[in-house]
Amino acid sequence: MSGPQNSMRTPLGRVRHHGASGEGTGHFIASRWTGIALAVLAPWFVFNAALSIGPSYTSVIDFLTDPVNAIGVILLVTVSFYHMALGMQEVIVDYILKPFTKITLMLLNGFGLTVLAAGAIFAVLLVNFGA
Amino acid sequence: MAGAPSPQNRPLSPHVSIWRWHVTMASSILHRATGVALYGAALVFALWLMAAAAGPEMYEPLMAVLLSPLGQVALYLVVAALAYHLANGIRHLVFDTGAGLNPGDADLTAWFAILFAVAVPIGLWALLTFGGLQ
Repeated sequence: MSGPQNSMRTPLGRVRHHGASGEGTGHFIASRWTGIALAVLAPWFVFNAALSIGPSYTSVIDFLTDPVNAIGVILLVTVSFYHMALGMQEVIVDYILKPFTKITLMLLNGFGLTVLAAGAIFAVLLVNFGA
Repeated sequence: MAGAPSPQNRPLSPHVSIWRWHVTMASSILHRATGVALYGAALVFALWLMAAAAGPEMYEPLMAVLLSPLGQVALYLVVAALAYHLANGIRHLVFDTGAGLNPGDADLTAWFAILFAVAVPIGLWALLTFGGLQ
């Protein structure tokens, strides 16, 4: 790191464009509204799944083929995975300082969750409309 | 900025190791820890849905793991983590309005969130065991 003493640049010139992106509010609001939605969706799923899904395969199929449950589970997957992507992004930028590792983990977070969410939603559709 | 102190001479704030544990500190750390744990649980949840779509030959072995004693302990811990993250998340929504930030309220609500995380899995277990709903 070249010391400020050796630089021709002014302190203001050095810090310009290295500050906040000015886009944090969107992240903040998204993590809040997804959190509020999950405060309803998550307890709903845990309570109903615990009561109606047993060891048998038919119990899970019966549960997922109920339209309200199918829509609820698809909403739960969509909203929770979005919430998780936002939260894990915060954790990554807090602890990982190396740019390459940080960007790799952030891409893995985004791509990984998107692929798994697509798989999970397709699974619910397949149970309902599959052969 | 002539005369500004060089970075080496700046006073350092006391680091984590010398802090006494406060419940508000624990509640903040637990919020992140349970969030990361729930991230892992949600990945299993997605795999569980895909196993259900794939058929009984995929679903039943996974269910055998989840219903084994160790799997049940894990699931109840997930319920505890979810209950904590839910209660503390609501606490943070209240904080966002500027309310409840004084030490007394913040301590009390932090203890409530921890108590809630203990009570919910016990309540769910009691409901499933003695509720007679199945």
